[in-house]
Amino acid sequence: MLRYLFYVLLVKPLVLVLLGINARGREHLPKSGPAIIVANHNSHLDTLALMALFPWRVIGDVHPVAASDYFLKNKFLKWFSLHVIGIIPIDRHPAEKGASVLAPLVHALRDNAIIILFPEGTRGEPENMGKLKNGIAHLVSSCPNTPVIPVFFHGLGKCLPKGEFLLVPFFIDAFIGEPLYWEGNRLGFMEKLVNKMNVLQHKARQSTG
Amino acid sequence: MSAALPHSVQIAFIAIGVLLVVASLISMTLQRLKPERDYTELRQRIKTWWLIVAVFAVAVLFNRTVSVVVLGFVSFLAFKEYLSLIPTRRADHRVLFWAYLAIPVQFYWVWMGWYGLFIIFIPVYVFLFLPMRMILIGQTQGFLHAIGTLHWGLMITVFSLSHTAFMLVLPPEHNPAGGAMGLLIYLVFLTEFNDVAQYIWGKSFGRRKIVPKVSPNKTIAGFLGGVITTMVLAVVLAPWLTPLTQLESIGAGILIGIAGFVGDVTISALKRDLGVKDSGSLLPGHGGLLDRLDSLTYTAPLFFHYAYFLHY
Repeated sequence: MLRYLFYVLLVKPLVLVLLGINARGREHLPKSGPAIIVANHNSHLDTLALMALFPWRVIGDVHPVAASDYFLKNKFLKWFSLHVIGIIPIDRHPAEKGASVLAPLVHALRDNAIIILFPEGTRGEPENMGKLKNGIAHLVSSCPNTPVIPVFFHGLGKCLPKGEFLLVPFFIDAFIGEPLYWEGNRLGFMEKLVNKMNVLQHKARQSTG
Repeated sequence: MSAALPHSVQIAFIAIGVLLVVASLISMTLQRLKPERDYTELRQRIKTWWLIVAVFAVAVLFNRTVSVVVLGFVSFLAFKEYLSLIPTRRADHRVLFWAYLAIPVQFYWVWMGWYGLFIIFIPVYVFLFLPMRMILIGQTQGFLHAIGTLHWGLMITVFSLSHTAFMLVLPPEHNPAGGAMGLLIYLVFLTEFNDVAQYIWGKSFGRRKIVPKVSPNKTIAGFLGGVITTMVLAVVLAPWLTPLTQLESIGAGILIGIAGFVGDVTISALKRDLGVKDSGSLLPGHGGLLDRLDSLTYTAPLFFHYAYFLHY
């Protein structure tokens, strides 16, 4: 209930009215879970912008994956992140190496969730893609039939850059690519994903000058 | 609401509605007669015209608060589109925030009907304040470019366009025929009509280019034909919607015709400089908001002061 209120009263007006989004390739977005959305990460607004791209019908299934050291650091933020935004917390610096870090994500995908993942791991320089972490490949290898949809955002790093709390409106562009699927090996998958993100980034550069 | 509407305003909206219905029917017939040709852009364009007229009707027909909020929001969208288009410095994040704040303040003066502040707030106070705020951040590299582009954008998208809203708060007793909204309907209709007329004259008879480096499709015939047609319509409509005499309405028509052309090519020059075809993608078939409002950024302040000097 809180999540729907948040979506209708804050996410939609903020992203669609205050900012304004021009999405290309919207038909590639999944109509239902399970699916993994992969995007570049420049701003806290990335998550909200992605949520706004989904219709009311599926928003209940959409869950951003976020670092527990940041989003669970105090009581209020924890309550807000878990119950209002609906994040799935993961441990960025696990004490022991292993697949257990990804277990909550695998679990969510089995429940037909649409999860949002930022494989750069942290918010980088605006409109630039940092190096992708390969946790995503581990995740897809455990759920091999799940489509992975790459999304590149342009402009959000200008609206609310890292370390800034004042939001300044700009029109933003979203480029949504065709879904990728697991084909049996991690390196190959990562290569495909990086290529796909580069193509989308190139499109963004071309159309925004 | 309709009880207080002057007859001329009711007729004006019915006429605009009829024009759009005709345009829609023509585009549908064209598609049916020549299914091999693609008329998507024309149909999108006309569909978007319906939306523009609907927004304009809401802006004009209710009351002062609704007018100011709707036209202020249009200004906000235009300014946002401008800022999204131009290069901005990361250091100026908070300066841009202040520039945005000028929009509600400017439209608040309009709502109050405070002409004195309305006319100097952006050209004087905001003009002096924003560079000071920039200097507090201290990045001098690109300072002149940053403050120049920012202020030009505010003048075009906020100061100029806010004149449309101030027309609605001018005392209606000075305009017995058109009431409070007659002047604005006259301006917007003639400005958009002039765009279309210049396009049609240019397509039909245009040969010699008028500003080949900025806008290669604009011709002298298009410009002159447009100005003259607009002038004729200005004379015909003036007694219904404005307090202008016949002689004054000839001047208004020429002014709107020429200023509309200059506004159009000014935004074209901006886009050419930035290397983009459209200013945005808000209005399917037209491009961005600035692609549609370009002429109005020039005609609104110029026609406002023309009418203000003569009758208010």
